[in-house]
Amino acid sequence: MEITKDTITHVAKLSRLAFSDQELDKFTKQMGDIINMADQLGEVDTTDVPETVQVVDRDTVFREDKPEHWESKEELMKNVPEKVDGFIKVPVIIDKDDNA
Amino acid sequence: MNFKSTIGLEVHFELKTKSKIFSPSPVSYGAPANTETNVIDWAMPGVLPMVNKDVYRLGIMVALATHAHILPTTHFDRKNYYYPDNPKAYQITQFFQPLARDGYIEVEVHGKKKRIGIHEMHIEEDAGKNTHGANGYSYVDLNRQGVPLLEVVSEPDMEDPEEAYAYLTKLRQIVQFTGASDVKMEEGSMRVDTNISIRPAGQKELGTKVEMKNLNSFDHVRRSLAYEEQRQQQVLLSGGKVQLSTRRFDEATGKTVLERVKEGDADYRYFPEPDIAPDHISQEWIDEIAATLPESPFDRRKRYVDEYGIKEYDADVILQTKESSDFYDETVKAGADAKLAANWLNTQINGYLNEKQVDITDIKLTPAHLAEIIKMIKDGTISSKIAKKVFQESIENGTDPKKYVEDKGMVQLSDVSVLGPMVTKIVDDNPQSVEDFKNGKDRAIGFLVGQIMKETRGKANPKVVNQLLNKELQNR
Repeated sequence: MEITKDTITHVAKLSRLAFSDQELDKFTKQMGDIINMADQLGEVDTTDVPETVQVVDRDTVFREDKPEHWESKEELMKNVPEKVDGFIKVPVIIDKDDNA
Repeated sequence: MNFKSTIGLEVHFELKTKSKIFSPSPVSYGAPANTETNVIDWAMPGVLPMVNKDVYRLGIMVALATHAHILPTTHFDRKNYYYPDNPKAYQITQFFQPLARDGYIEVEVHGKKKRIGIHEMHIEEDAGKNTHGANGYSYVDLNRQGVPLLEVVSEPDMEDPEEAYAYLTKLRQIVQFTGASDVKMEEGSMRVDTNISIRPAGQKELGTKVEMKNLNSFDHVRRSLAYEEQRQQQVLLSGGKVQLSTRRFDEATGKTVLERVKEGDADYRYFPEPDIAPDHISQEWIDEIAATLPESPFDRRKRYVDEYGIKEYDADVILQTKESSDFYDETVKAGADAKLAANWLNTQINGYLNEKQVDITDIKLTPAHLAEIIKMIKDGTISSKIAKKVFQESIENGTDPKKYVEDKGMVQLSDVSVLGPMVTKIVDDNPQSVEDFKNGKDRAIGFLVGQIMKETRGKANPKVVNQLLNKELQNR
């Protein structure tokens, strides 16, 4: 699979990241190398092998519906750069699904 | 040229659990901002989300109530997007293997029955709530992050706004009667997105679809779809093309407004959620849940009309909410006459609820209270006039009706040995009325009944008094 500058620009946009031209060249090369390495897996014949969606050796792990209050609520808000009346203040972004 | 519309609906229901879908944080509506979250909701490094069993249970209830096929194996997937309402930068949902597929519900519209397909339904987590300020900032509350949702995706089976409206009404009723969700649009526990395309009659392939999100009432759904039908027709008739886009309904003008043109499908890069093991849903568990499914609104309606002899209109009023239907059923179970109970619920109780703007679950009157009042009317202990006083007392203060009637000496006076001499005396004291009666003036009786009521402070049984009076007057 060929990784182009456009691929990286697109993925960066989806993740709301902005790269310089220099970074773009660097990441295009690096990403290409990573994807091509992973592509080697395609050489294995997987005909008739069922799809694996999970590698954990367990299934159907449920929790009972018991609510628990988190003890240190202030702790959770510590990483929030700006807060107002308990809310997290962020720059306004109206267009939620603008990641086409 | 004639056009045909194709409408599909996506409806999100908040499932009524005590804790969130992947974390034990409490689910609460109206708690102070960011107080009901924990490390899992914030996706702190190293946390492990664990599935709340009740989310599956409630989802399965809705699947059963809509005749959907429940998948024996499901798993969760990550839907990747970057937005401040979700600190994880992905939503955990079911994309590849949803909870259930291929359901349907039956609606009656334009006097005809129609089956509308449900493509699939899946469980997922809600995101936090953003409030947009006017100053270029948004304010995020993550209490809603991780609240369980059931998304029900219809087939594009609806051909006009009325069908969409009927589908929504029926779907809401079905979900409400399973008890899985509060289905309150004004509180966001039910949310509706629509999509609509039109094509010239006879054309096979579907037209370009327009999406509308966050419609906040059924009426808006109907009006926005009707507007879109007209707008898209005009675009096509004038030689234009409908744009693949998202539009918003403007309540003030009744029009839809372009929000965003889509250039391609959103790129969510779904992949299986690595932190959560796949789930196997056994037939035993499904059977167990099926056994607890509350009686459906259709079965209840049949019972009310066929067994109890309630008018269809009255049955539908009772069935407007599960709470009101449950209240009614408990009242009848407590021994009340079914027809009287329906009357009292639909007039007295509903009148009170409308006046006070409260829900039936908020009032102090219990089904046992109402049954007691109705029984006392039936056996002649109290008159229906007194019953209204008792009702008022019970609904406002939760007073036990029987005790209240006894304490206040409101028991209806039906004893002939007490009323008899009273009637004789009143007739003796009012010779003019006797004269009037003899001359065929019926209102003479009314006057005399009034006198006795005055004497007994409204407690005399009118039926008994009338009988005694008639007899007494005939003998004069």
